Amino acid sequence: MYVAVKGGERAIDNAHAWLAEERRGDTSVAELSVAQIREQLALAVNRVMAEGSLYDPDLAALAIKQARGDLIEAIFLIRAYRTTLPRIGNSNPVDTGAMACDRRISATFKDAPGGQVLGPTFDYTHRLLDFKLAADGEAPEAPQATPGNADVPHITSFLNRDGLIQTEEPGDETPPDLTRAPLEFPASRALRLQSLTRGDEGFVLSMAYSTQRGYGRNHPFVGELRVGRVAVEMEIPELGFAIEIGEVQMTECETVNQFTGSKTEPPQFTRGYGLTFGHAERKAISMALVDRALRWQELGEDNIGAPAQNEEFVLSHSDNIQATGFLEHIKLPHYVDFQSELELVRKLRAEVAASAKRDAAE
Amino acid sequence: MKKIDTRQGWMGLLAKAPAEAVGRYWAALGMAPAFTWLRTPEIGGVMVRGRMGGTGAPFNMGEMTVTRCALRLEQGGAIGHAYVQGRDKAKAEQAALLDALMQTGDADSVRVGVLEPLAAEMEAVAATRAAKAAATKVDFFTMVRGED
Repeated sequence: MYVAVKGGERAIDNAHAWLAEERRGDTSVAELSVAQIREQLALAVNRVMAEGSLYDPDLAALAIKQARGDLIEAIFLIRAYRTTLPRIGNSNPVDTGAMACDRRISATFKDAPGGQVLGPTFDYTHRLLDFKLAADGEAPEAPQATPGNADVPHITSFLNRDGLIQTEEPGDETPPDLTRAPLEFPASRALRLQSLTRGDEGFVLSMAYSTQRGYGRNHPFVGELRVGRVAVEMEIPELGFAIEIGEVQMTECETVNQFTGSKTEPPQFTRGYGLTFGHAERKAISMALVDRALRWQELGEDNIGAPAQNEEFVLSHSDNIQATGFLEHIKLPHYVDFQSELELVRKLRAEVAASAKRDAAE
Repeated sequence: MKKIDTRQGWMGLLAKAPAEAVGRYWAALGMAPAFTWLRTPEIGGVMVRGRMGGTGAPFNMGEMTVTRCALRLEQGGAIGHAYVQGRDKAKAEQAALLDALMQTGDADSVRVGVLEPLAAEMEAVAATRAAKAAATKVDFFTMVRGED
């Protein structure tokens, strides 16, 4: 029997009103502004932009406030907003070699041209709670030094010069866009990178970690990690030339991985690549390791059945909005579904009971 | 100073500048030319692309918000375009008006009153960041080993 159910509107309205009140919290505590979130919770804002797949710090900060700090909920809000935006166009590929670097380190070359620039990092802190932050908001002014005017070339370009690392062939083909066409397998590397850069940080981290622990090991070195601002350029059809339409903070990670070689090609290092919006090092490094693991076929490696080598597994489960949508929908009313299950179980139990009775009688 | 003499240069400067700064210099310029809209300000997304390995084939990263508009000055008929980062329609309108005015006899006042100080202000911000980064550059020194 199908029973249509209506009702609950008043309960829902009241629940949302209470949500708004709880979001505000104790009114004797000053309200948090969107600008405060943008400026002081910048790494949360960066994560929401990267996984929400939309670079707009003010919107990401608003989403965090609305979601009460639940970052996946905030990402959901940004993804929903993103779908309402008309697509004005596509940028030219950004030139990360021209990045204005806040940070640039290499774990492979101590004396890299351009130097090791630590930038604003948590590295080398003692991870002790700083109770001064609870007492006041004063911050010391950061020291300054005269910057060198030298370029900061990609580290892999040195290896490339000697043929020691596999080259990345430049191209200008239009890359596939998973926001426009459904993901299909086998996926191209372009599609994998798009999926990974918007994938859940925790998931991509765990996949990367699994390769380090032996499930598809690829011996990565962080050839280079850089964080900074990159100009975004787009061709403007009505003008007939390209202009810069903005500037975006990005994190880029290039890994130098175990080498391959064959009878025809001498041994050379291989690469993994990570590029994300905002300052997101853990994500960029993770992305590079998973990118490298997923390239096993193209690099002629064995499929050892590791999860990180399985593109269908990785790409189908990396999106936290898809995952949370499917997972959380099971808490919504399933009365009719459940009723049919209930009837089936009752019927089966009745049959079992009846046959037991028959057996006892015989 | 970055080149702001070309149309590409000033449009790029206005696209990247904070809305607050553009509004401030626009107000100080004190011009209010009459114009008609060719395209009213529209907020949209631009797909940002990267390259595999930094130099290889392109891939899609994610979008950024952009506001664009176009207008024609009543006097002289110069056409101004704007493609600016973010969702600020007032900034887009000011940028398009500045672009149009740069094609008129007012170009010098716009350059001196808006573009040059705006470029200097943004360059100062970038220079401060670069100086702070430079202060975190590592100087390695090798420890003398004592074994022999």
